[in-house]
Parts: sequence; structure tokens; C-alpha cells
Amino acid sequence: MKFIRETLDNGLEIVAECNPAAYSTAVGFFVQAGSRDEADAVAGVSHFLEHMAFKGTPRRTADDVNRRFDEIGAHYNACTSEESTIFYAAVLPEYQDAAVELLGDILRPSLRTEDFDTEKQVILEEIRMYEDLPPFGADDKCRAAYFGAHPLGRSVLGTIESITHLTAEAMRAYHASRYTPGNVTLVSTGRVDFDALVRAARRVCGHWEPRASRRARADAVPCRRFEVLRKPGATQQYAVELAPGPGAKLDDRYAAKLLATVLGDDTGSRLYWELVEPGLAENASLTHCEFEDAGAMMTYLCCEPDDAVENLQRIRDVYRRVRAEGVAPDEIEQAKNKVRSRIVLSSERPRGRLFVVGSDWTYRRAYCSVADDLAAVAQVTPDEIHAVLAHYPLDASATVTIGPLAEVAPPR
Amino acid sequence: MTKVHWIGSAPPSPLPSPPIPTRMPLCHARETPVNETIHSHIFPNGLVLVAEPMPALQSAAFTFLVPAGCAYDPTDRGGLSGFACELVLRGAGPRDSRQLVLDLDRLGVERSESIHDAHTGFGGVMLAEHLADALAIYADVLRRPHLPAEHLEAVRHVMVQEYQAVEDEPAQKVMIELRRRFYPNPWGRPCQGDLAAIHATSLDDIKSFYKRNYHAGGTILGVAGRFEWNDLVDTVGELFGDWPAGANGLADHAPCRIARDHLDYDSQQTQIGIAYPSVPYRDDRYFEAWGAVGVLSGGMSARLFTEVRERRGLCYSIYAVCHSLRHVGGVFCYAGTSAERAQETLDVTLGELTRLARGVEPSELDRLKARIKSALIMQQESSSARGTNIARDWHHLGRARSLDEVSRRIDALSCQSINGYLAANPPGDFTVVTLGPRPLEVPQ
Repeated sequence: MKFIRETLDNGLEIVAECNPAAYSTAVGFFVQAGSRDEADAVAGVSHFLEHMAFKGTPRRTADDVNRRFDEIGAHYNACTSEESTIFYAAVLPEYQDAAVELLGDILRPSLRTEDFDTEKQVILEEIRMYEDLPPFGADDKCRAAYFGAHPLGRSVLGTIESITHLTAEAMRAYHASRYTPGNVTLVSTGRVDFDALVRAARRVCGHWEPRASRRARADAVPCRRFEVLRKPGATQQYAVELAPGPGAKLDDRYAAKLLATVLGDDTGSRLYWELVEPGLAENASLTHCEFEDAGAMMTYLCCEPDDAVENLQRIRDVYRRVRAEGVAPDEIEQAKNKVRSRIVLSSERPRGRLFVVGSDWTYRRAYCSVADDLAAVAQVTPDEIHAVLAHYPLDASATVTIGPLAEVAPPR
Repeated sequence: MTKVHWIGSAPPSPLPSPPIPTRMPLCHARETPVNETIHSHIFPNGLVLVAEPMPALQSAAFTFLVPAGCAYDPTDRGGLSGFACELVLRGAGPRDSRQLVLDLDRLGVERSESIHDAHTGFGGVMLAEHLADALAIYADVLRRPHLPAEHLEAVRHVMVQEYQAVEDEPAQKVMIELRRRFYPNPWGRPCQGDLAAIHATSLDDIKSFYKRNYHAGGTILGVAGRFEWNDLVDTVGELFGDWPAGANGLADHAPCRIARDHLDYDSQQTQIGIAYPSVPYRDDRYFEAWGAVGVLSGGMSARLFTEVRERRGLCYSIYAVCHSLRHVGGVFCYAGTSAERAQETLDVTLGELTRLARGVEPSELDRLKARIKSALIMQQESSSARGTNIARDWHHLGRARSLDEVSRRIDALSCQSINGYLAANPPGDFTVVTLGPRPLEVPQ
């Protein structure tokens, strides 16, 4: 396993973890463009642009793009989040060049107005789909409540209104400002031919003009809120809570992940024993989310409406108790075993490693092998977990609950 | 919370993943080594062990298919299989409920349970060195569960919660209702059961279900990943060799049904589910049927995605998959779109299904083969899917297909063979179920 990197003259970075024993190669373009980079007038443009990349380039029609991906047998997708847009494909090693060539090409899409208008309908359908799906937008609303005016409070999808009013011209301007070589990292994992990777990247992306592009960064000032949204047609009551947590650049993120596992993993965690195993909730979990300049601990609850108030109180009590009494050594060991096992299992596929290697590099400009990650988890001490508990109060949260209830009493 | 939005949606299908040919022709593999060994052993009590070594991996995965699927739920006890599955995990052998979860966590076992029509599945994936210890815990779970009375109400709550959660998932709900109307009883039943039955279920019901359905006869254990075959046979023999045999076969020969239905639902989008008869996995023509569906819905250049989403922007999510019982099969198709565009979506989708009878093009088949080729090689990078696939193969065929055999079948797929199949079996007799604010017109 070897880590190599290279930077093109225009600033585009290339990083790779080469594993000659792998069956496949994964390649991905990580673009620093997400909802946090948008202005109100173009809310949702990053995600819409991700779709438009597949609608054709000066050299290819939309059909050509889809056909070519399938011809090389690629397992490919693209996704947009608050901070990045990622285009990736997993292919057999002989198609590495073809994959880089195709992905690089669609990063310079034609953005034809006619395609823009058709795809707008697909985006609107995607928004409506999420409006019909639990938690019915409560996650977006909670992020807005928690982050307030901080750019991380913005919705990735945008709204029916913002998308309806978005113009192709505004998208072209956004593309020019964000898809600059300096904002793009080409990441590859699995059986990588690194020299060929660099050659292909130079061929496809070498002529991209450098252009200054910056991201507004700010300290997040978490807001405490409690909001109740009524959705009469829903059967279950849902709640999303956000509380402070370490960001992507802080070393205590490992301790935060272990803490989240102890408290809110799918099985065997405190929330599991308190709420899920007794059948009081369909789902009750805690996860750690990291961003460039902020982090958060997210609680998710789904239960019958009649139990919602008591369940929110039970969760709050679990958090208070752990803050007062700490975490037991065997709970930490348990969590370490689970996290270590997951790290290994998710690393077996090159496309699993791609996202880890890519986010390590784009967030921290660091490379961590699987062994490094396992060691980092093993080394976390109880004191470090207790420091996270003290530093990031889990009850200092914004909560949004949605479901049939018109009123929900906040936990005490 | 980092809610990422993908351009291509994975099908949110409640159906078990369709049995697909899971091996690829050696001639395409070039220098990529393709593993072709599948071991199997049938113990005297009927338990089948089928296993594929993947020595390059650090992990191992297992899947028990126990003949305790929801088709075995008594008519007035829908969901009983789910009760049993929940309750066997609430303490077994020397461990109480809590210790059981703690010990599986200690071994780093990522577990999953699933109720299918014919089986209840218990799966786990973990670092290979913990495989034997994990299997020992599952020997207790399957053979020596406590079925504790004091957990009955908690399990009932879990069942109610799961039932209610589906009510809020329209895309899942429409496919459940589609399946219920398409397959002959009891094969289309939802594993969530029904509320009245969930409230009426007693501990005695669960105990007798356990007794009837949890036994070595008809149970298949699939294992994939890093292990030594001889050691594995010994381990499984020690743990399960004296598990009583038992038998509880249930035939699924009855034909599928044609139905049209609309369910009122308060939502922005209308959910469309379409099913039509196809051949089962064991049928000689299955590969042709499956290839045709691949042209319809495999990759983003496939017909449904291209015509419904890319050209017309009618929906975000659309797919079609093959599904198979042992003797009956079907193609299940899903689309979700705004109520006002739903009629056009249904019309265009049915149009594409019907047009399929006119045949597939060589370039479509080439792309399909390319996708399968890489999918099959990439399957060897992860143990979890393989264990399930070989176990399911055994359920359908009474054996796991050899690499050579599947290679020949894939190689033999041609436009001519697929089109011949389609001419003789044109998609039709559609069962259509919609869920949303208004019913749609379904052409006769």
C-alpha cells in the first residue's frame, strides 16, 4: 500500500493510495462546492449542477455520457453535500484511463439551457420525494436552526422556489467560480497506475485555467431552539437534535466518534438499551458529523407520537447521566471493537477507501492508512472521551420534531 | 447529518435483492484472478453448508437461511415470523439478551436480520478470526433461545414500531402492496404482518412457530471470506450436527395474479408499482429474462432511466428488477413522481415495458455484459454479498452454480436468445398498484 501525490501546474491535486492486490480501481473528483458556498438566490445550485454534469459536454451528449459509463462497466455515482460535490467511478483496472477521461470531461459540462429546463423537473421531483420521506425535511430545518446564519445552515437541495427561479446563467457563473483547478482533487484507490493517472489528468484537466476561489469560513455559534412542526398525515413522530461536536480538523474527533458509538450506535449502545430494545422507539441514535470548521453530534428519534415527549426526556437523561458519571472502560472497549471492525470491513473495497482517503486529504491534507486509523482509535483514552463530554455539551442542542403532534413539551 | 444527495438513487425496494448470475466468464477476466471454488456439505440432519473461500480478504461473512419466512405465518398471525426472529435474539444458551449483544459487539460482528417469503435470514460479517466464535453464538440463538416471556411486550412494541414506520415510507409501501396483490397467497405477504395480529400474538404462538420452523431441515448456511474449509466443516458439524432435522416445506406453484388498485395517501408524489409474470430463477430461460430486464433497468443508459427520467424529466427514481420464488417469478417495477405527472409517467413506463417485446439491440447487450463483468469481479472484494448469494442459489437450485456453468450461460446470451424469449413471453398482464392523492387510468 503506497500513498503518492502530485500537483498539476494549474493547481489541481492528485492523490492515490495504490494497492496492487485489489481487483478494481476507484477514481473520484472531489470538488469543493457545496451548499455552504451558495448565496440565497442560487440555493440548491451545487446539487443541481452535479446533475447537469451528466447532461453532456462539448464532446458528448447526455446519452453519450451515460452510455460510456455503462460501456466501461463503471459503478459510478455523484453526490453533493454541504461542503463538496464528488463524482466517482469504480472500474476494472484496464478502464482507469477511460474513467478519468470521462469524469474529467463532465466536470466541464455544456450546461445547455434546454437540458437545464428538463433536469430542473427531476430536481423538483427529488425535493418532493424527500418531502414525502421521513423525517420530512426536519433534518434540514434542524441544521438551519442550529447553525443559524452560518453557511452550514443551508439546505443542500434548495427549495421548490429557489430551484424554480434558478437560471442556467446563474449556474454557469457558479460553475466558473467553484470548479476551479485549485478546488478540485483527483483521488484514486485500489489497483492504481499512478503515472497513467497523472498523464490522464494532465490530458483532461491540464488546460483548465486557474482562477482564485475562496470559501467563507466562520466559527459556528450553535443556537439552542426547540421547534415543533406539524405533519398531520404522518404516522410516527420524528425528532432531529444537533449539539456541538469537534470539527474535521480537530484530534478529538476520534474520541467523539467513540462517544457516539457508546451512546447511540444501532445496537448495544445506551440509547439502544434505553429506547430501542424495550420497543419504545423504532430508532434512536447518535452520530458525529464533521465539517471543515465545525462539528456536530446528531440525535435521531423515530417513535409513536404518544411516546415522543417521554422519549425526548429519556434521551436527555441519558446525556445528563453520562456527563455526570462518565463512560465505563468496558463500554469504551466495546465501542473500539465495533469501530475497528467497521474500519477494516469498509476498507476492503477500493470504492470504500476512496471516500476516506479523499476526505482525509481534502479536510486535513493528511494521509492515514487503515493501520493508522486503527491505531488512532486504539489510543483514545477514557480521559479524552470525558474531555469531549465536558467540552461539547450534548444537551445544548437545537431540536426539530415533526409528526402528527401539534404540541410537544421540550425535555427539562 | 451530512445528507448527501446522489444523482442515481438505489432502489428503495422492500423485495429481497433479485437472484442474479453472480459469476463471470473466465475468458473476460484476463489477469484478474477469479475464484471458482465453492464447497458444500450436507449434514445428516439436512443442514446445508455452502461456502466460498476469498483468501485475499480479512473478513468473513455468514448467512443462515432458516425456513421460517413470513409465508409460514398463520393467516391470523401475520408477523409471527418477525416476532420469532426478534425473540430468539433476546437471550440464548448461557447469555441473556444483553450479554448476547455485548458478546457479538465484542467480536465486532455487523449483524443483520431479514424476513423473506420462505426464510428468516440471520447474517453477520466480521474479521475472519472471529468467525468460529460468532457461529457458536448463533448456534445458541437458533437452537437454544430462551424466548423469554418478560421480553414479549417489548418485542410487540418493536413489531408495532416497524409496522408504523412503513406507513411513513410510501415508496416501500407501494411495493409491499404490489407484491401482496401479485404473488399467490401466502407468498406475497408482507413481513411486517398486520396490526391486529401483532396485538393478538402470544408467547405460545411464538414458541410453536419456533418449534415448527427452526430446525436443520431446510436451513442453509452460506459462508464467504477467509476460512479453512475443513476447519469450517468441523466447526459447523460440532455446533449444528445434532440439531434435529424437521421439515416444513411449502409449495409455491400457484400462478401470479393480475390486479389493479389505488390506495389513497396524503403525499406530494404518487408512487407507481408495476409487476408482470416472468420465469423463476431455476428456469432454463432465466438468464434471458434477466438480460431483458437489465436492458430495461441496469445502469443509467438503460431504457427506463433514459426515456422516463433523462428525456422527459418525469421522475427522480425509477427501476425494474427480477424477483423469484422457487417456482414462480416476476418483474417488479417502481416509479415515484408528482401527482400531476404520474399519469404520463405510468403511460411512458408501460409503453417501455411493452416495447421490450420488440427486442433488444446488440449495443444494449454489450453494455449490460460490461456492467456484469465488473460487478462480478468487484463482488470478490466483499464477503458479505457472497455468503448470501450462494445460500440463495442453493435454495433455488439445490446447488450453487459453478463458475464454468454461469460463464457459459452469460457467454451464450445473445440478442437472438433474449429476443426469442421476449417474443414468446412478451411483458404483459400487468399488475398495477398506485399510492397517492388520486387514482390513475390504467390502460387495459
